[in-house]
Parts: sequence; C-alpha cells; structure tokens
Amino acid sequence: MAGELSSILDHVDKLAEVDIEGVEPTSHVVPLENVLRPDEPRPSLDREVALSQAPDPHDGAFRVPSPQAES
Amino acid sequence: MADLMAATGAQTAALISSGEASADEVLDFWLERASGDGLNGYLWTADRESARAGVDGSGPLAGVPVAIKDIFCTEGVPTTAASRILEGYLPPYTATAVARLNAGGMPMLGKTNMDEFAMGSSNENSAYGASLNPWDRGRVPGGSSGGSAAVVAGGLAPWALGTDTGGSIRQPAGFCGIVGLKPTYGAISRFGMIAFASSLDQCGPLTRDVTDAALLLATLQGRDQMDSTSVGIEGGISAPGAERLDGLTFGVPRGLIGQGIEAGVLARFEETLIKIAELGGTIVDIELPHAGHAISAYYVLAPAEASTNLSRYDGVRYGVRASDEDLLSMYEVTREEGFGPEVKRRIMLGTYALSSGYYDAYYGRAQRVRTRIVEDFRNAFGQVDFVVTPTSPTVAFELGEKTADPWTMYQSDLFTVPMSLAGVPAISIPAGLAQPDGGGPDLPVGFQIAAPAFAEQKLLEASFALESAIGFDGSAGLEGGLR
Repeated sequence: MAGELSSILDHVDKLAEVDIEGVEPTSHVVPLENVLRPDEPRPSLDREVALSQAPDPHDGAFRVPSPQAES
Repeated sequence: MADLMAATGAQTAALISSGEASADEVLDFWLERASGDGLNGYLWTADRESARAGVDGSGPLAGVPVAIKDIFCTEGVPTTAASRILEGYLPPYTATAVARLNAGGMPMLGKTNMDEFAMGSSNENSAYGASLNPWDRGRVPGGSSGGSAAVVAGGLAPWALGTDTGGSIRQPAGFCGIVGLKPTYGAISRFGMIAFASSLDQCGPLTRDVTDAALLLATLQGRDQMDSTSVGIEGGISAPGAERLDGLTFGVPRGLIGQGIEAGVLARFEETLIKIAELGGTIVDIELPHAGHAISAYYVLAPAEASTNLSRYDGVRYGVRASDEDLLSMYEVTREEGFGPEVKRRIMLGTYALSSGYYDAYYGRAQRVRTRIVEDFRNAFGQVDFVVTPTSPTVAFELGEKTADPWTMYQSDLFTVPMSLAGVPAISIPAGLAQPDGGGPDLPVGFQIAAPAFAEQKLLEASFALESAIGFDGSAGLEGGLR
C-alpha cells in the first residue's frame, strides 16, 4: 500500500508543471449563493426510525463502548 | 404478446399505453430476466410487491421498471454501495432521483453492483465480486456503474440509473455498447445518493438508446429542496428528433487523444468524425491545454472529498460495527474490516492531501488546476458547439488486467475526467466494435460528446442524429446476460 501511494503521489506531483499564478481555486462549478428555503418547521425522521439501523441502540440513544477498555 | 426484449424503454411505455402489453406482463417479464442474472449485475432483485413498493404516481413512462445502482438509498431495501461496511443497511428514506421515477409510475427492478462507494473503473472493487461484461464474461463491464451497464447491455433490465464522478456512467456504457449520460452538475438532485466526491458526483441514465436517455433525464431533472446544489434544467427535456448536424461544430482535442489509445478505438473514432461531417457537421481541432493534468487533479480532489464524506462510517449510527472492545478500537476495527483496499487507498490519499502542511501543495494546487480546466472548456465552447473524444482509450479489458497498478487503472478515465472537473454534460454513445490491441473478440467502442453546462437538449439532439447514422447493433450483448 505504501509503495502504491508513493507512486500515485509521484504522478500527482506533475501538477507542479501547471502555471497557477493568480488563479482562484474552484471548489464548485455551479455559481450558487445563499440558497434559502422558508424557515418553517417540518417533520423529520422519528427517533425510532433514526435509531433503527444503529448497531447498538439503547434507551433512545446510540450506545458506544467505553473510551477506555475495561481492566 | 409483444416482443418485450426487442423494445427500448420508450417503446415498452408505448406498448403499455396502447394496451399491447400490460404493466403486470412487463414487470413479470423483467423480473424473470433479472432473476436469471448471469453477470453478477444485481446485488438485490425485487419481487412483484417490493418492485412497486415506492410507486405512488403515474407518467408517460409508467410501468417500465428501472434497475437502480446500489448507491441510491431506497427505503427498506438493502443499500450497500457494494461495501461490507453497509451490509444489511436498510435506509429510512428514498433518494430523490428514485422517488421521481417512482412518482412517474416506474417500479424498481433491483439494485445493481458497482465499485465500492463508486471508486473504480472496472467493478472489481465491489465487495460482492465483480460484475461481468455481457459481450465477453472474461472482461470487465467498466465502472463504477458497471452493474447498471451490464444489466442493460445484457438484457436484464430495460434501462438503469447510475452515478458518474469521473466517468462512472460513460466509461461502463462505452465498454458495454449502450448509451450513458452524465448530466450537468446540478441537473439532478443528489439527495439520498451516497456521497463519494460531492463537488463531482452526478446521477444519470444508462439506456439502450439516446431517446431513452432523454426520457429518463426528463423525469429525473429538477430542483430539489433537499439538495441546495440542484438547479434543474431550464425548459426541461423532450424526446430528441434531429436528423442532421448542419451548422454545428465539433471540436477534437487532438493533444489529449494521442495518449495510449488503442488502434481499434481510434479507427472507430475517426469513422464517427466522418459520419458527423456527412450529416453536415464541421470538425475542427481544438486545444484543452490543461486536460492532460485532469487525472492528477482528480486524484487529489476526489479522494480529499471522499476522505471527508466517508468519515461517517464509524459503526455508531448505521452499518456494521466490528468490535466492542473500547471506543477507539471500535472505530479502527470497523473501518479496517469494513472498507476494501481501494477505498482505504483513497481515504489515506485524501487525508494526506488535506493535512496541515500539505494542503496548499496538493489540495489547493489541484483546485487551481481545476480552474484552468474549467477555463479550457469555456474557451473551447466559445469556438465550438461540442467537444468529442473516444469515451475510453481502450475497449473493455480482461478481469485482473489492471488491478496490479492503481495508476494504470486510473488512466481508463483519461477522456471522461476533464468534463467532470468542468461540470459539463457528456454522453457516451456506441460507435461500433473493435478488437483490443494484441487481438481478441470484437468489443464495443464508445464515442463521447460533451456540451456546455445545461445544454443537454442540444447534446441529446446531436447524439440522436449521430446514433441513427451509426446504426449500432447491440443484440450480441443482449444474448450474453442470462445464466
């Protein structure tokens, strides 16, 4: 994996050949600004539904193991 | 009964509305075909009831079932993006694109195989085994929408939905001898489409012909409140009918096409240019000076976005959890076991490109090269109506042929990635058959046409005229789908 990543980065390094002096970055191609919708309450997923796919739902919440292994 | 196998999607819809075939007959026919899948094209197939579960309306295409790439969330129906990490996941809602088809009365035939999280060009990155090319089962169908392309080309679905980030609709459509359209970024809602690279991902149709692509696009496109980047196509889309290309100019980026292209692919491409001229179109050489850097820019930008998008798979809210030892090992083991090698490669690449100290050198630079490529297309479309290339440098390659070296695999998308970075619409239509370099069976060759943003109707009209002149026969593929 390390060798593959190095090889990909070697190819990517060719981007240095492109003159980007004074060029603005593109993060998005459709010129959109401040797309708004009316600020009105609307239904969202029921808690039960939102929890239904969790590996370990418990008491209305997503349960995770302790940050520290039990000793 | 009418010959449903010979009918396109549009023709099937006409058979239903004229009463020559009932919607039940049509659905049963295609469910039977899908259940005989010999291409590993489907990860899940519907029955009569589940196929219609979401259908809640009617439209001109009512009753014609669609195969859906497994990247679209479908309420209560397994959705994995071909990843182990989403094994058993049943989404609580349906993607807007699928909901729009359902609202038009179209049932869902099944969920199609793909490269894991749409990362790949051969379907070999699926966690559930590669889908196969119906023209030659020893070869790949392309990717990442390989299952969608295979089931349409192999006569296991009348048409299908796919997604395209750097070529994932066009390249498999080209490899399988069908039509694949990547619309303008923003034409179709991405809501419920599992995210890979959000500034590039776009949904689109894979179909037997250009008319079918137009009709599906007409149903799919439009603004959606759930995706603030969706804007739709002004004026909508109608079935194309152009016969000539008079007055239209087609630009050929010769500087790009020189690289590593197979002789047979180049021959079909040059013949297609002659057909364009015969229809009254003008061919001119153009420059896309920075398009040769598109693959390098793409393999910074797409992995960077992917590394962010895929951080959500952590074993907490949905999907698979692999360890309950402690919190950190739960994250680590879940992601270690849940993701395949290509996904891990791209997460690491993207994380590196975004990391402090390397951000400007990689991500910032790639974003600026992207600007250069956007400008290349803007300049080109100041001179010409369309940009044309072969869809891929090669015909479908053999299973395993390019898996050893990721960069070799990435070159499959040499001609499709530039359009993705520029966000412009592009279509692949079959241009005939060719042998691979070094000999082998006759395999489909794709011809790619790109147009300015939101000029889909014009793109479809030109593609329709050219498709009629080419007269491609895909029947050999249709024979290759069943077990």
